[in-house]
Amino acid sequence: MCAGNKLQNFRVKSLVSVMVCSLTSHPLSSSPGRALSSLSATRRGLPKEKMSENGVSSRAKVLTIDTMNPTVKKVEYAVRGPIVQRAVELERELSEGIKKPFAEVIKANIGDAHAMGQQPITFFRQVLALCSYPELLNDSTFPEDAKSRARRILQSCGGNSMGSYSASQGIDSVRQDVARYIERRDGGVPCDPDNIYLTTGASDGIVTMLKLLVCGEGATRTGVMISIPQYPLYSAALAELGAVQINYYLNEEKCWSMDISELQRALDEARRHCNPRALCIINPGNPTGQVQSRQCIEDVIRFAAKERLFLMADEVYQDNVYADGCQFHSFKKVLFEMGPEYSNTVELVSFHSTSKCYMGECGFRGGYMEIINMDNEVKAQLTKLVSVRLCPPVPGQALMDLVVNPPQPGEPSYENFIKERTATLSALAEKAKLTEQVLNTVQGISCNPVQGAMYSFPRITISAKAVKEATDKGQQPDMFYCMKMLEETGICLVPGSGFGQKDGTYHFRMTILPPTDKLKILLNKVKEFHQKFTQQYT
Amino acid sequence: MSQQTVNGVPSRGKVLTLDNMNPNVKRVEYAVRGPIVQRAVQIEKELKEGVKKPFSEVIKANIGDAHAMGQKPITFLRQVLALCSYPELLEDNKFPEDAKKRAKRILQACGGHSIGAYSASQGIECVRQDVARYIEKRDGGISSNPDNIYLSTGASDAIVTMLKLLVCGEGRDRTGVMISIPQYPLYSAALADLGAVQVSYYLDEDKCWSLDVAELRRSLNAARQHCNPRVLCIINPGNPTGQVQSRQCIEDVIRFAKEEHLFLMADEVYQDNVYAEGCKFHSFKKVLFEMGPEYSSTVEMASFHSTSKCYMGECGFRGGYMEIINMDPEVKAQLTKLVSVRLCPPVPGQALLDLVVNPPQPDEPSYTTFMKERTVVLADLAEKARLTEQIFNKVPGITCNPVQGAMYTFPRITLSQKAIDKAKEEGQVPDMFYCMKLLEEEGICLVPGSGFGQREGTFHFRMTILPPTEKLKVVLHKISEFHLRFTQEFS
Repeated sequence: MCAGNKLQNFRVKSLVSVMVCSLTSHPLSSSPGRALSSLSATRRGLPKEKMSENGVSSRAKVLTIDTMNPTVKKVEYAVRGPIVQRAVELERELSEGIKKPFAEVIKANIGDAHAMGQQPITFFRQVLALCSYPELLNDSTFPEDAKSRARRILQSCGGNSMGSYSASQGIDSVRQDVARYIERRDGGVPCDPDNIYLTTGASDGIVTMLKLLVCGEGATRTGVMISIPQYPLYSAALAELGAVQINYYLNEEKCWSMDISELQRALDEARRHCNPRALCIINPGNPTGQVQSRQCIEDVIRFAAKERLFLMADEVYQDNVYADGCQFHSFKKVLFEMGPEYSNTVELVSFHSTSKCYMGECGFRGGYMEIINMDNEVKAQLTKLVSVRLCPPVPGQALMDLVVNPPQPGEPSYENFIKERTATLSALAEKAKLTEQVLNTVQGISCNPVQGAMYSFPRITISAKAVKEATDKGQQPDMFYCMKMLEETGICLVPGSGFGQKDGTYHFRMTILPPTDKLKILLNKVKEFHQKFTQQYT
Repeated sequence: MSQQTVNGVPSRGKVLTLDNMNPNVKRVEYAVRGPIVQRAVQIEKELKEGVKKPFSEVIKANIGDAHAMGQKPITFLRQVLALCSYPELLEDNKFPEDAKKRAKRILQACGGHSIGAYSASQGIECVRQDVARYIEKRDGGISSNPDNIYLSTGASDAIVTMLKLLVCGEGRDRTGVMISIPQYPLYSAALADLGAVQVSYYLDEDKCWSLDVAELRRSLNAARQHCNPRVLCIINPGNPTGQVQSRQCIEDVIRFAKEEHLFLMADEVYQDNVYAEGCKFHSFKKVLFEMGPEYSSTVEMASFHSTSKCYMGECGFRGGYMEIINMDPEVKAQLTKLVSVRLCPPVPGQALLDLVVNPPQPDEPSYTTFMKERTVVLADLAEKARLTEQIFNKVPGITCNPVQGAMYTFPRITLSQKAIDKAKEEGQVPDMFYCMKLLEEEGICLVPGSGFGQREGTFHFRMTILPPTEKLKVVLHKISEFHLRFTQEFS
């Protein structure tokens, strides 16, 4: 069998298998027979002979698909999956002069603001340049507030250089600034810098926390509740850790809101075959863009307290709220407003990052997490665990510091900073509205308001005929749809199946990040494509 | 469910406790940032608060952190990074043209021309191309395919990723990974975290910490009784031991790996740090390819490099790469998928790595300064390596192999039975007791040998040779005096 085929086959099956395997069996128990035989052969130091090539017998590789880590095989990450690989190929073909029905590939698959043309915030980059090359501190073209920030950061680096390792938990002064930022954000609820861990993007913090939580075997194996649709980092991390994924569904009819009775259903079912211990929430939602109400957050916290679940609040889109009447409420603030009965007991970790909001600085991999009510012994283990990787990238830590401690009124960079920040956020708000409006004019596409975050996750109607053709090709229907759209229009989206969706429904995720004019073109192309596709498969 | 009573109010146990957390994580140990470093940080705080100590500052010789020890960054590297961070500076005529040219090239390879965009998960393509060309130059023309280069978040990230790919099986079939003793504790930590079996082979201290194939074989055969050894890890130049492997030794190791069907992992992050006369860095890849197609087309290998060591010492940027050789294409696809989950390594670190593999050339304006700075750092290190060996070897009860390369010395210390007993009384391993006492009395922070592994009954510590020469002399003398005092106290 050709390797390419096998891979594709595997991909199609494995989404299903993640769900099934994670629900039914321990990940390390499912080695196929041939893997076992090759293992016992190598153990005796007698590697199995492979086919004879030109009369010379050649041995199998030490590391093959059959003898590699089975949990890694179960990992899926659709945001950079096969459709993106095809998009990269198409880009190469275009640059080689191959004719296509489009002039460029538009990658609306990932929340990568700068790649879509968003300009960095001047102040941030000035300070980073100063930190990188401190000789510039003598340069009169840099504003004083940028210099004073740079000096402060450098003074907290070993040897006054960003090239030193920092403390594994992150630079002290940055963690202090993060704590003060959280206090301001949460109306004075206290925050201890000791509970702040800087991370390599939020992803790193999320995976680290999940790793801490996983234990047990069989029916006592840790289960982790995640929303469907979800951001596939979660399912990928759970697959890799061999934890059990517990799906709770967001309510598409109610603007992707979260419903406690659905949480309860998911939990009760899961308790029969695993030990559910953690509940993950993404607010504002990815890929769904909903912003949770204060009431909903309270209900979730009460549920977590009652059911003894560790709460993980992914709040990386906290500045990305667009819809009228919506407001970001941090889990921590709500927790503390619910009084000591909750604020002294519910274990919570909250994540933030430099990659989203108005900054969009994905490449620096900056982020932090705040832990609340964590057992002291566990915290010591966490500190030990992060020390093995030495430290998060220091430029990302420096950037995080600027995000939580931006120019203040009265400082020379303030006005320009606010202007840039506002321009980005209001453009996003406009694009959120535009996306919803245009997509909802298309018959067969229905799109919830993009209340926050950076994505639209519209539902698409795919006819039985199209579903059949997709199935014949061994593809998920929405993958088939997105692949076809990519080939015909150059637009790269992520199929809903990569995030999870109710059986029989289909979606795609699209970022709202392209510049407004480009976004309009993009939305119209999506519209035309959908109409053509619908016609073709009626 | 555990219930405790606090002030008469029944309070439920935490959801997450030491008893129900991931048991693998509990087994992880990383001495380089272990209890002794935590105590050092405490002492620093105490000093700041005015608490009187027999010393005025804590010298952290526990970790290979060059800039923290006062080494200055290479000007060219930082100029380009500043230009990439704030491209308005491209208009500034203070910056040399070659720095601008590099910055423009890097920015052009970034989405939206910003280092704030995610890169490809495997790393920026042009950086991977530059890495491949660097490897070809280093290895005398042996070809390197950019497709086989994966940029990483420091070398640690790539090492853990490779180990993760390799681990499978249960019980007797569980993957075993051969690591040297002494070792860099990232390896033991990652193996504990992954639940893989650590298979220890000992370096020969009496032969300058050299690697002996007979010992590899002994260790492998012993391990085959209880696990499935599939991987052999080598650190060259050695950490913490500082030995530089001979070409012959590397050939022997490769032959052994082929014969025993092992995946080779070559940690070569100290490849520019070779000081001893007659020693030279040979990359595993070069030797592999010089051994002919029988080896070069079959032996599976990954080699690791980083921006943190050598003459750059840019640890904070977390730049690095690995090159994979002869990896099964299906496994490679899995590797690419796996790294995509973390999106990408930090882009400033990728940019920095690009400069390391593509530094100023003889006809470029920054060349002279770059060479001067680079040479000074490496010459200083060579001098400090010699100095360290000389001074330690004068102390009765300390024996120190030559620091042929890397950034550390790992001297053996003689501890009396009385000292050992005293340590036991305090619930500490003897060399931890020794190092803790040294920290409290002299303010010098070292890492006990037990954190790296050592033959039973022998004791060591690891010390970096990174402090500036004058300071290093003071450190060495203080340790010498301490050792004499310690020996006397416990004789």
